[in-house]
Amino acid sequence: MRTCLIVDDSRVIRKVARRILEDLDFEIAEAGDGMEALAWCRAAMPDAILLDWNMPVMSGIDFLRQLRKEPGGETPQVVFCTVENNLDNIRQALDAGAAEYIMKPFDGDIIEAKFAQAGLI
Amino acid sequence: MKREDLDLIVALSRGRAGLRIDPEKTYLIESRLAPLARREGFGSIPEMLNALRERKEDRLAWALVEAMTLSETAFFRDPQVFAYLAQEVVPALIRRRGPGAAPLRIWSAGCATGQEPYSLAMALHERRRDLGGAQIDLYGSDLSERCMEKAQSGLFTQFEVQRGLPIRQLVEHFEKQDEMWLLSPRIRQMVRWRRINLLADLTPLGQFDVILCRNVGAGLEEAARTKILDSLAQRLAPDGMLVLGTAETAGSEAFLPIAGRGGLYTPNPAARAAA
Repeated sequence: MRTCLIVDDSRVIRKVARRILEDLDFEIAEAGDGMEALAWCRAAMPDAILLDWNMPVMSGIDFLRQLRKEPGGETPQVVFCTVENNLDNIRQALDAGAAEYIMKPFDGDIIEAKFAQAGLI
Repeated sequence: MKREDLDLIVALSRGRAGLRIDPEKTYLIESRLAPLARREGFGSIPEMLNALRERKEDRLAWALVEAMTLSETAFFRDPQVFAYLAQEVVPALIRRRGPGAAPLRIWSAGCATGQEPYSLAMALHERRRDLGGAQIDLYGSDLSERCMEKAQSGLFTQFEVQRGLPIRQLVEHFEKQDEMWLLSPRIRQMVRWRRINLLADLTPLGQFDVILCRNVGAGLEEAARTKILDSLAQRLAPDGMLVLGTAETAGSEAFLPIAGRGGLYTPNPAARAAA
């Protein structure tokens, strides 16, 4: 079973995303900010990461840049999932190594489509 | 809803556009017609239908039929179809036609708000170096005037651009305009738009090398679907291709399926000779 780390400071968003991704046969781990997510990744790299942008302690973009420097950190496919919906943000995410980008609000169809485009399903 | 009202809706939709409307699904009918009634300044759907009976206004009758059509669509729906067309079918047609040939003509028939022809335009634009500068004329049509206006505007909601459009193509081809996304003029200019009722005489449209008519048949009466497929067969070049939805079958002698490619057909030479 593939693993997906959901990184979002909103417990409600994590819960909604978990339900959608479990239906897509992912085993889920959760983190509330970028620092917590790094700790998860250092313990075990997931196959996929669904990543919020604005979070306390460490933002999504800072997390992604750091992740790519970690041993094995180039392997997870990262899909941003954020309210940030400007081209500038999207370009920064792609430059940092994101595979796909979801603009909130989202639904199950959008997550499924974006994960398919990222080659995750 | 009263029976006579439902009967009028079903008769108009079937008679003018061959639409298959289940009169039992009143919730669906109401959800499609309520916005039209509001837009036209009526207090309710029955009020609009009464006005239609009294005034026999052709424009309003068409607006009702257009509102009843399916306009479900998405960018790059079944992405493998677009890759196949842009990477194999179109380059092969260009090679076969040779230098100096007339532009290739590709028609997306019943394309709702235009995501399908725009997806093909983006796919072809990205392969332009392999296409050797050949001119390709892309056409998009739908029964609905409102759909054609929206398609032509090139403006899509955030929800629409997230349905099927890979993020790199959004960055490459769209600009944000307030809360909407505007397709670049470069891609918009590749497609020409026209309101077309597929049940009408299609002869004046000329011949096409590829016709996409995907997931249109599902909403039609069988007789209308057959008539449309026969008309499309007449519009297709002998070595052209018909593209239906990946799960759709032509079920018509006018076409031969392409093995291993769901929904893809070539014209049947035997049927063409018989016609």
